[in-house]
Amino acid sequence: MNWLVDFFGDPANWSGPDGIPVRLTEHLQFSTVALLLAMLVALPLGLWIGHTGRGALLVVLSANAARALPTLGLLVLVVLLAGLSTDLPVLIPLVALAVPPILVNTYEGVRGVDPDLRDAAYGMGLRGGQVLGRVLVPVALPLILLGLRLAAIQVVATATVAAFVGLGGLGRYVVDGFATNDYPRTLGGAVLVALLALLVQLVFVLIQRLLVSPGVRRRNAVR
Amino acid sequence: MITFDEVTKRYADGTVAVDRLTLEAPTGEITVFVGPSGCGKTTSLRMINRMIDPSEGRVLLDGVDVTTIDPPTLRRGIGYVIQQAGLFPHRKIVDNVATVPYLLGWDKKKARDRAMELLERVGLDLKLAGRYPFQLSGGQQQRVGVARALAADPPVLLMDEPFSAVDPVVRTSLQEELLRLQAELNKTIVFVTHDIDEAVKLGDRVAVLRVGGHLAQLDDPATLLSRPADDFVREFLGRDRGIRRLSFVSGHEVGLRADLTVPVSTETAGLRDTAEPWLAVLDEDGRPLGWARTDDLPASGTLAGVPLAPYGTFDRGRDSLRAALDATLLSPSGCAIAVDDAGRAEGVVTREALSEALDRVAGGAHA
Repeated sequence: MNWLVDFFGDPANWSGPDGIPVRLTEHLQFSTVALLLAMLVALPLGLWIGHTGRGALLVVLSANAARALPTLGLLVLVVLLAGLSTDLPVLIPLVALAVPPILVNTYEGVRGVDPDLRDAAYGMGLRGGQVLGRVLVPVALPLILLGLRLAAIQVVATATVAAFVGLGGLGRYVVDGFATNDYPRTLGGAVLVALLALLVQLVFVLIQRLLVSPGVRRRNAVR
Repeated sequence: MITFDEVTKRYADGTVAVDRLTLEAPTGEITVFVGPSGCGKTTSLRMINRMIDPSEGRVLLDGVDVTTIDPPTLRRGIGYVIQQAGLFPHRKIVDNVATVPYLLGWDKKKARDRAMELLERVGLDLKLAGRYPFQLSGGQQQRVGVARALAADPPVLLMDEPFSAVDPVVRTSLQEELLRLQAELNKTIVFVTHDIDEAVKLGDRVAVLRVGGHLAQLDDPATLLSRPADDFVREFLGRDRGIRRLSFVSGHEVGLRADLTVPVSTETAGLRDTAEPWLAVLDEDGRPLGWARTDDLPASGTLAGVPLAPYGTFDRGRDSLRAALDATLLSPSGCAIAVDDAGRAEGVVTREALSEALDRVAGGAHA
């Protein structure tokens, strides 16, 4: 506890290039960009595979491969190959981490929609794209959002590795604290990351409330 | 009119679901496809709105080969009701019903007004309009399914076992609702079921299909029941088809005896000597009160104080011979009381009269 008071009570930690606001912003930037890139890849792919049923094997393979991927190892590899001139080295492993949960859940969500519902939608005269956009996506939305939430939390928690290759973010406190035996700093950094992950969770709960129709939220509904 | 012209559906593995089916579903009538599972009835239905395309032959809608029409366009002009209703769970009931009008580009207000009108028409409380499908019972969802199919007022309605997932009581009311709607709307309906009772109750014409997609018989229900084409149809119709046939014979077929009814104010003294064992006692308005056994009548007074036995009635104008038979079984006298629309007795159906009518019907069966 005292360490936390030491860290958060020190005014020096709240300003300057190594201050909490700056590190937090850096962290959020990495995370947001990584998540957006992952969404750009995984959402359309998951929707398309789930809708057409083509390429389901790809989903399984990529999910397993990504699970086995050591994030830190990949980061070091990318840095060795690409150098440190840009943020790219951090983004690649983070995107690789975020794609599988989004892809798998989007695919499963769309594929798992009741076949009768799909049948009814086509039978009413909806075209393929309308079936996807007006029926499959809204019904699969809870799972799609779950995938995004898992990805976001993982990315936020894992973005700390940026510090290992000399980049910013909240990981700096953890890494630098270890290096200088400044444990309050390490602990403070870890707590910040954990809080951020919780905040992300909260944001997604709110998004869910806002976007998901009460009609498909029925399992949570009180009856 | 929907025409099947030598339609065959063969799958890649060689299975033949429908085999050279040729039949017509006339405009404004309910044509039922009935048969055991694997008889190709659903496949045949789905070839009408191109959910499946035939391998050979043609399906014509008012003379136009459906395969020449773009499927979504075709389907927007054909109502489609499926077993589990298939309502969109994320949309409110009113928007579910308005699905096709929205697709056709109606403005939102007009589409919703139309949806509300249809909800009312299928007998749903308008309070349900703002609910989501999971908040409705199975029967209510099925009604919404019918309303949705009717929303853009399509001339043709395809119904694929729409009532088979609801309990028998609800099913009966849905069936009656459909007949009532059809009397108003005169749609060309193709209805698929595996339940022969449902087929016979709803169909103007019933097509019995056998496994492998062959048409075994196509006839109106009364003919189907009286003259099954072969053993398969006979067996499929079941053991009590004779009784069920009576549903299609009008109550007017049976003769009445007016001399067996007596007003409740009649003095018993004059009645004790009649040869008839039972008399139907009527109130001042001519409505039946019950049966009086002539042997038990007191020596004096009117019929008002006499204990009466239970009775069964049937409406000659509306009910079938089956109802008349049922009514006779409800009375210890073995006779049914025929009533008019207002419930006033017109006369009595004796077992002899019923038997004569049954003989005539049975004679027709062998003609």
